[in-house]
Amino acid sequence: MRTPAFLDHNATTPLDASVRAVMLPWLGERFGNPSSHHEYGRAARAAIETAREQVAQGVGAHPTEVIFVSGGSEANNLFIKGAALTRRPGIIGVGATEHPCVREPARQLRGQGWRVHEIAVDAAGLVRQDDYQTLLAQRPALVSVMLANNETGVIQDVAALATQARAADAGFHTDAVQAFGKIAIDFRGLNAAGVHALTLSAHKIGGPLGAGALVADKRIEFLPLVAGGGQERGLRSGTENIAAIVGFGQAAWLRAQALASRAAQQQCLRDRLEAGLGEMGFEVFGHHAPRLPNTSYFAVPGIDGDALVGRLDRAGFAVASGSACSSAGGAPSATLLAMGVAPEIARSAVRVSVGDANTADEIDEFLGAFCRALTELRQLNRAVV
Amino acid sequence: MLKFPLYLDYSATTPVDPRVVEKMIPFLTEHYGNPASRSHPFGWTSEAAVEEAREQVAALVGADAKDIIWTSGATESNNLAIKGAANFYSSKGKHIITLKTEHKAVLDTCRELERQGFEVTYLDVQENGLLDLEAFRQALRADTVLVSVMFVNNEIGVIQPIREIGEICRERGIIFHVDAAQATGKVEIDLATLKVDLMAFSAHKTYGPKGIGALYVRRKPRIRLEAQMHGGGHERGLRSGTLAPHQIVGMGEAFRIAREEMAAENARIAKLQKRLIAGFEGMESVFINGDLEQRVPHNLNVSFAYVEGESLIMAIKDIAVSSGSACTSASLEPSYVLRALGREDELAHSSIRFSLGRFSTEEEVDFAVNLLRTKVAKLREMSPLWDMVQEGVDLSTVQWAAH
Repeated sequence: MRTPAFLDHNATTPLDASVRAVMLPWLGERFGNPSSHHEYGRAARAAIETAREQVAQGVGAHPTEVIFVSGGSEANNLFIKGAALTRRPGIIGVGATEHPCVREPARQLRGQGWRVHEIAVDAAGLVRQDDYQTLLAQRPALVSVMLANNETGVIQDVAALATQARAADAGFHTDAVQAFGKIAIDFRGLNAAGVHALTLSAHKIGGPLGAGALVADKRIEFLPLVAGGGQERGLRSGTENIAAIVGFGQAAWLRAQALASRAAQQQCLRDRLEAGLGEMGFEVFGHHAPRLPNTSYFAVPGIDGDALVGRLDRAGFAVASGSACSSAGGAPSATLLAMGVAPEIARSAVRVSVGDANTADEIDEFLGAFCRALTELRQLNRAVV
Repeated sequence: MLKFPLYLDYSATTPVDPRVVEKMIPFLTEHYGNPASRSHPFGWTSEAAVEEAREQVAALVGADAKDIIWTSGATESNNLAIKGAANFYSSKGKHIITLKTEHKAVLDTCRELERQGFEVTYLDVQENGLLDLEAFRQALRADTVLVSVMFVNNEIGVIQPIREIGEICRERGIIFHVDAAQATGKVEIDLATLKVDLMAFSAHKTYGPKGIGALYVRRKPRIRLEAQMHGGGHERGLRSGTLAPHQIVGMGEAFRIAREEMAAENARIAKLQKRLIAGFEGMESVFINGDLEQRVPHNLNVSFAYVEGESLIMAIKDIAVSSGSACTSASLEPSYVLRALGREDELAHSSIRFSLGRFSTEEEVDFAVNLLRTKVAKLREMSPLWDMVQEGVDLSTVQWAAH
């Protein structure tokens, strides 16, 4: 069986060969616990600090602003719950299209007396200013709006939103998990505009699963969620996952090289795909908004997205309907519903997210397979009726 | 050929067994799918591997795969168990009991709960490091809702009476959590018979990779927890976050190997430990910390009196071990575990923890013994305190002049 063409890079990315190469020694002879005082430990400690610098440089932050955690989900949990713990219960504003690992921690705060305000988005998936102003008028303690959406790829003007939030004294966080490695991120600039923290994940940028980071302005207060040996300046205890952190650093460094040319290459493929889809009359979600260069999220009205994706898989193309984290759910995408898309249309959504190794030929073959799958499913639908 | 420094610090972390790395490699190369991706084989392959590993972890500890939740390590598992249970059952009571000798992951979590209004009793242990069951019974209250006692102590290697504590807790409907990070692959763990409700596991203490651990959550009787990481609802909603198949597969393989090789390995390491102990025989003023019977063979924590701690550690740089001091901020604090045994600060500072493992050899043990004997003798030679002791002076009666 031929390996399917991987077109689901927003779910996860293949581990870059050079990242694997730098990781292996840390799964081999360099096995020390970074907290040990002997040579084994010191070598591990030094490697972590090098990785920290690499990640910091990748987003224009200072190394002391980078806190390593086990992944993007944890970083989001850490900021939202950790910051809430240092404040009296109030209002937290969360974008209506946020990933579950931002929405759910916010919802949990309700149990401690917080109110959650879901910030409405427009048809393009961008935060609606009228609703945002309504939120800010109530002086929320915290606001979280993702830099780029994992399903649509839509990019929010986080700097502007943060500046507005600052005027209302709110702590501002952005989930940059999907944006990192695809568009340039300048934490220094964002921080100056009012962003206090952002979340990163290694496995979305050719790095390993098991490592992420919260990049945070040291002046913003939040309490740790994992207590213990005091690692990461007390903000995240537990023996460090040295191999994953080293891999994260290498991946961050790699992605910072030639970001623009890689993005251009991916955009070329994405645009090729959408040109083909456009000819067939399909609408792409969020195409009026600024988007990540690699993502295409579109609807195939009248067709069940899961069924279509299943056929595409059998035809040799790995894509997604909705996001990975909820792909077993069966419920229509919350992101699309928030954009005002009708549930039946949302259920027919398919997401293609290209990566470095994809080619124009693959896109053309995909379009062919897509057409065939569509024809088959439509025939079936007609037969059923 | 000896490789310096000789590694005798297996309790701090273990090398990843080459067989484990081999199992992990495919998931660092062609099998890169997100296990939650239901729509293609990349996801399915990852998911299948994750479930196989879950079975392997469960098999080592006599549990069902459905009882095992993946976490990022034992620290997180301990946090999840203690905070998760305390918060879920807080309406039943807000009193928690643990021991002064627990790992910081347990102690600091308890302190956090104290700040949230829970009451925690930190029980003393006996001089041999073991919990006195009578003292434990006396500490139980009507509002005690959770007890946390580690299986094997990381500093001194003693094995707590988990079975008996479990019986007592179950009788009273109190939830019993056990930090088993140092226990897997060293002692038999059978959760089918042990009345333990929550058990934390670490991969990197049992020749697996860092960054992955697990938490056993009993289903019969059903134990509920308040999740600590929220998001996509992974792990039955108890621990959200994309799973890392390569790490999970590594932990599974590590635990499979532990299950198959534990008996033989323990016998071999017991011999090495005897050799180590024999090596220190005849040395004056040397004390082994922790019960000599109720202990794992892998660990030997030894105090060398009348030797300045930091000088000792500097003198034995050819072996990688842990000392009885921990660097907390700018100060050098003596081990709280050794203090709980009644050791004076001075003695705690001059303590060395030797921990043996799968790849330890007789040659390494002999080298360590010779090194310690030589260096301790040398340091004592230079010590005026040692002179006084040799002359029969009882140091505790001396009035030291202030400077």
